[in-house]
Amino acid sequence: MSMGDTPRKGSLLEPDARTRRRNAAEARFHLYGLVAVCLGILALIVLLSSILSNGLSSFRQAYVTLEVSLPEDRLDKSGVRDPEVLAKVSTFGYAPLIRDAVGAEMERLGIQIEGLNEKDAGGIISNNAPARLRDHVLANSDLIGGTVTMTFLANGRIDGYFKGRVTMESAERDKNVSPEQLQLADALKEAGTLTRPFNWAFITAGDASENRAEASGLGVAILGSLYMMIVVLVLALPIGVAASIYLEEFAPKNRITDLIEVNISNLAAVPSIVFGILGLAIFINFAGLPQSAPIVGGLVLTLMTLPTIIISTRASLKAVPPSIRDAALGVGASKMQAVLHHVLPLAAPGILTGTIIGLAQALGETAPLLLIGMVAFVAEYPAAPPEGFFDPASALPVQIYNWTQRADPAFVERASGAIIVLLVFLVSMNALAIFLRRKFERRW
Amino acid sequence: MLDTQASESTTEMTQAKISARNVQVFYGDNHAIKDVNVDIEDKTVTAFIGPSGCGKSTFLRCLNRMNDTIDIARVEGEITLDGEDIYDPKVDPVQLRAKVGMVFQKPNPFPKSIYDNIAYGPRIHGLARSRAELDEIVENSLRRGAIWDEVKDRLHAPGTGLSGGQQQRLCIARAIATEPEVLLMDEPCSALDPIATAQVEELIDELRKNFSVVIVTHSMQQAARVSQKTAFFHLGNLVEYGETGQIFTNPRDSRTESYITGRIG
Repeated sequence: MSMGDTPRKGSLLEPDARTRRRNAAEARFHLYGLVAVCLGILALIVLLSSILSNGLSSFRQAYVTLEVSLPEDRLDKSGVRDPEVLAKVSTFGYAPLIRDAVGAEMERLGIQIEGLNEKDAGGIISNNAPARLRDHVLANSDLIGGTVTMTFLANGRIDGYFKGRVTMESAERDKNVSPEQLQLADALKEAGTLTRPFNWAFITAGDASENRAEASGLGVAILGSLYMMIVVLVLALPIGVAASIYLEEFAPKNRITDLIEVNISNLAAVPSIVFGILGLAIFINFAGLPQSAPIVGGLVLTLMTLPTIIISTRASLKAVPPSIRDAALGVGASKMQAVLHHVLPLAAPGILTGTIIGLAQALGETAPLLLIGMVAFVAEYPAAPPEGFFDPASALPVQIYNWTQRADPAFVERASGAIIVLLVFLVSMNALAIFLRRKFERRW
Repeated sequence: MLDTQASESTTEMTQAKISARNVQVFYGDNHAIKDVNVDIEDKTVTAFIGPSGCGKSTFLRCLNRMNDTIDIARVEGEITLDGEDIYDPKVDPVQLRAKVGMVFQKPNPFPKSIYDNIAYGPRIHGLARSRAELDEIVENSLRRGAIWDEVKDRLHAPGTGLSGGQQQRLCIARAIATEPEVLLMDEPCSALDPIATAQVEELIDELRKNFSVVIVTHSMQQAARVSQKTAFFHLGNLVEYGETGQIFTNPRDSRTESYITGRIG
């Protein structure tokens, strides 16, 4: 044995105790991470599946197509079609016509149901129907004396029957609906008079009251949210970008700008309801803007979104390499030209992404809107902009909150349906943000 | 003999393109440049050499006021270009930088087309009255930047798609497109391979016919190859300034000698 041999420290094929312990710790850590991820995914699945199972049905709705006769002696005794006289017949005057139309339809199809009186038979049609018929007749007075074929919403309970919310057994105990009415609905469905098409009205219609749950829709809320997003985009984007460019590129680095910087970060963490109180105090009580108006909602959400936009814009301006600024200054560009011609275009994807994410945040915000009166019942569409910014409107998250407060079980389904609509908007906005980021990723 | 040298230096002073007197630069409390006096001649390549952190790049950036972009930097003393004080409050640094162009250590083309890279300067300074004139400026600049043949078929391809050496020559072409009188180069070859370096050095020699070129370099061989005048900086001081040949063969200061023989730096 030569004296230069180094002593062997055990075999490489056999891990020593220390290595074994280290490997075990690594494996445990791996496992913890996996469990955490799985829990997260599980929560997401439960959330989505509960919302989807509750809400998907709101995208179908039962409709009944009826041929309604419009007798002259009930609607216009004078026969002169004077609009003022016609308007004197209220919806109560039209309700019997619908009832008659249901009776006539039953007769035509030869449906006979024991124990079902004429009033209950008419009850399978929504309370919304007489008003729709009246509006249609007032707009087309020449129809009087003839017949008109219209598609009416079925009553919410009848719709619920096809969605499994109402059953024959529950109808026995329910004074709002009887098993006989459900039989009639079955028969009409068989005959093709009652259909269940895609429920466009859920997306386009305005809100409706308790006793006409089937007529309620998200139209006003979507429009209100859209108007607010327009206000936020028009105000927050230019103000946010201008502030960021100034702070990042032009402002001297001193105590005051440090203070501003800290405050902007803090502003991003202020609870949103505080912004609601601020909006109430400043925009409504002090500035005298109308309550429930998208302009006020938009202003409040602008305050909330500004910090998000400023922070993301500054981050993307910082990410532009200084060599680009040097290059521009080196060929004799002014500071302003260097920023506008070179830095800003390179930062634009980041700014856009931040803005979209800020908007998505604002779109889902509820608390501040409750305080400025956007929680009100609004069935009328706001006018087209710019007047529409000052009309009362609802907003998507507030509409969801509103519907969960109501007693009729049909609103449970509609609240979940509204959540789906809101989620679709949010997911597509985030997807757009990701797409833009990918598309314009660093090009230098 | 001493007398003749003194008279030579006075005649040089009158011909100086840029002349610096008692220049001090502070970064906050850090005294980065101490009392530098130098005269840079027209149609000459002047090299600034010295170890890292000696202030040669800082001093170079004073010559076109790029230090203005650093908040904490403060410049004292007098720097004149053709007898005009460039730190006079009336001077707009934008106009100064159009006269004193700059090429940076790392090639930094704009993430735009090759054409737009060159055309940007002339555009913002209004040097071209028509599209045809602009085309001509772009072609001339690329030719003078010794890169025309390589890019003439893809003027609208992005400048960032070129190789490192091509990018640097593009940046040089961009700097000369605004017709500057002085060209500052801050270690223009430090990010390039030897072949690209040789091309850029050849280009610098060519540029000397029209411009006064000031080049900061880490490589003493490069300074010896391309420059006629060399200034040696050490710890913020201008230790020695003179003919390149004299600096490298017969340095007067012991620190210069230590540096060029590799004992310090």
